[in-house]
Amino acid sequence: MAQKKKWFEIAVHGVFLILGLITVGCVLLITVYLVISGIPAIRQIGLIPFLTGKVWASTAAEPQYGILPFILTSVYGTAGAIVLGVPVGFLTAVYLAKAAPKKVRTVLESAVSLLAGIPSVVCGLVGMLVLVPAIRKTFRLPDGASLLAAIIVLAVMILPSIIKVSVTALEAVPREYEDASLALGATPVETYFRVSVPAAKSGIAAAVVLGVGRAIGEAMAVMMVSGNVPNMPGSIFESVRFLTTAVASEMSYSSGLQRQALFSIALVLYLFILLINAALNFFLKRDKEGS
Amino acid sequence: MKKLISLALTAAMALSILTACGSKNDTADNTNNDANSGTETTISGTVSTDGSTSMEKVINSLGESFMAQNKDVKFTYNPTGSGSGIQAVSEGRCDIGLSSRALKDDEKASGLVETTLALDGIAIVVNPENPVSDLDVDTIAKIYTGEITNWKDVGGDDAEIVLIGREAGSGTRDGFESITDTKDACAYRQELTSTGDVINTVSTNPNAIGYASLSAVGDSVKALTVGGVEATEDTVRDGSYVVQRPFVLVTKEGTELSAAAQAFFDYALSADAADIIAAAGAVAIH
Amino acid sequence: MLKKRASASRRAYITLMRTLMLAAAVLTCALVLGMMGYILGNGLPNITWEMLSTAPSYLANRIGILPDILSTLYIVFATLLIVLPLGVGAAIYLNEYAANKKLVSVIEYASETLSGIPSIIYGLVGMLIFCKSGTSLLAGALTLTIMNLPTVMRTAQESLKTVPQSYREGAFALGAGKWRTIRTVVLPSCVDGVITGCILSIGRILGESAALLFTAGSAHMLYGFFEGMQNAGATLTVALYFYAKESSDTGVVFAIAAILMLLTMLINFAADLAGRYFRRKQE
Repeated sequence: MAQKKKWFEIAVHGVFLILGLITVGCVLLITVYLVISGIPAIRQIGLIPFLTGKVWASTAAEPQYGILPFILTSVYGTAGAIVLGVPVGFLTAVYLAKAAPKKVRTVLESAVSLLAGIPSVVCGLVGMLVLVPAIRKTFRLPDGASLLAAIIVLAVMILPSIIKVSVTALEAVPREYEDASLALGATPVETYFRVSVPAAKSGIAAAVVLGVGRAIGEAMAVMMVSGNVPNMPGSIFESVRFLTTAVASEMSYSSGLQRQALFSIALVLYLFILLINAALNFFLKRDKEGS
Repeated sequence: MKKLISLALTAAMALSILTACGSKNDTADNTNNDANSGTETTISGTVSTDGSTSMEKVINSLGESFMAQNKDVKFTYNPTGSGSGIQAVSEGRCDIGLSSRALKDDEKASGLVETTLALDGIAIVVNPENPVSDLDVDTIAKIYTGEITNWKDVGGDDAEIVLIGREAGSGTRDGFESITDTKDACAYRQELTSTGDVINTVSTNPNAIGYASLSAVGDSVKALTVGGVEATEDTVRDGSYVVQRPFVLVTKEGTELSAAAQAFFDYALSADAADIIAAAGAVAIH
Repeated sequence: MLKKRASASRRAYITLMRTLMLAAAVLTCALVLGMMGYILGNGLPNITWEMLSTAPSYLANRIGILPDILSTLYIVFATLLIVLPLGVGAAIYLNEYAANKKLVSVIEYASETLSGIPSIIYGLVGMLIFCKSGTSLLAGALTLTIMNLPTVMRTAQESLKTVPQSYREGAFALGAGKWRTIRTVVLPSCVDGVITGCILSIGRILGESAALLFTAGSAHMLYGFFEGMQNAGATLTVALYFYAKESSDTGVVFAIAAILMLLTMLINFAADLAGRYFRRKQE
């Protein structure tokens, strides 16, 4: 009787072990599939011409597959989104975590949660109908769909992530630090910015890295506002294509080497993301060890 | 535990309601003028079409009316562009390929069969606010190759012309570039991947110009007259509106179509379908 | 006290930072309210019963979004059906069975990696793995399952952790085996986490579009649940994307956006309620 029970328990343990390893299995599966689908085109095109080629002309009579325009656009777009989003997000987070009166805080928190939940196509829609014509009229351009429009939309979209993680980091600062600062004669505002913020440095850095990850991975909203022409990003008023939109826009009608090149772009994007994730982990671990 | 059970029961009830909901299969009230009650068929199966986005309205209207007459048939349409549709049918991924251009010689040589369904005009569209209403083919060609860059040179406002076009595999692009003799020479600002996208983009930019299937043109854009000729079904049919191309059903030689697909094929080419094709904005030729 | 003795530069600094903080908070609020107002203002008037209850018809020149609503419901239901057992099971393993610290940290790192992967890559890989015979809602549901696994795992784990060890020890002392303990003592207590995980997942699924573009397709046919799962179908977000880009019927586009906005607000409200309810239960 006890023997049967023992085998049963072992079986159950086994089932749960398998379930527990599912996430690991998924990550491996995704990596394997991306690598297998992405390598052939890179082999055929050549790694250096692929990564550094300035011209992407996948459907021309003599196709060229250089993805430097996409890499640069993704980098500039993310950088721009960070430049716009981090100051606003960071300041809002400090206000939310420290300076806001209770009622204001609840309202503001709901607003941030709502912003976080808005689907990306809806953000893209607002960008397409409001932002793009506005840019066209304000800067007297022939067409408002541009890198600038994408940067603004991305900044709005990463705002909630930055705010939420920064708030958590700021709230984790020990009260003793702040009390000590106040006791020494600093005002609350000075305490927040000269004591709390430096103490929450790693958490805030983690928030920025999270924002970077989200910005570089955004596809739908950006596809609706950025114009989608594979230009090298020279000015922010030009129509551009990101790594994500390059994959999404051509996938439905692609075939052959063009299709495989799109998988290679996805592989490059995936590697970027893994790097960013590693950076995020590094900052979070440092934060844990620090406090 | 009890909570979980009651939750599961609620979910199961909801599921059964949904199943019942869908199986009514109400495609609601079809204003179907086609009183073709004579064909009491029990055809069943799938008809999968793939390809041209210009043909979206025409082929979907035909598909809808075909499904209304044959309740067990499922008609699907995948909007991927003419080039992609031709490839899909040649690789056997769909029953009928849709192309908004005639097949090239090498495509015919590889065993593909073209059957013309209708004629379609390619409308040259501008924003309704644009004062320009007429251009001739040469001027249009010069605009698209970048020789003329400002609307004021053709009688419009002083603003840069925004060139909108289609992706390389598009049948519409092929038709447009052949007729205006601008193959591989167009300096597009944007290369969009569907008919609807071109129309929408032109409708939101006062200085844009684009080309799209006449069947998709509505009130949101203005179609130019080409050399004084307005794009209508009549001018397309008699050829006076020169910017036009055929809507083609592509099948593979030697591959037999399924019963459902063959029935749809015959239906689309029959005289009964002519009204539907005309209502969708193309010119029926059967 | 400060105001009298502080230097001018200090006071200027304080005023500046105060103003910046307030400005940032106001800007964030304004963005949210602006977007909400724009979408709801343009969208609510366009929601008609006809639109909500019919399928699109080319012959009648009308766009109906019933197929899209059904597809969305089906996909949410199917994804939850698959992801809940998997996620809760994984959480149980991590909390109840895992002894090897290294393995736990590997699993948790994998989970974090999954939550950082952009949805377009999920869509691509989902297409490669699940769409050998064409797109379908089932392929979309499976893709969304992998995406939401980390969320469900995390919330289930959090609520499993709140079960006092004494409960388990009590059950063992009474002679119950490990599985029986889990089934009767631990699991019922983690319903809170499961429900929170559900709500969060529903929110994510409703807003997802890039992952579904290539896995669930973009068709608008009316089906029952089981037939629908085997065929392609556009969810509300995917339908919104295509109609926005290709249709000139802006009324429908705004209507769908308004519906999505309302659903987002509903989910947020539900998550908030659930969070408060469970927190009160614990106290």
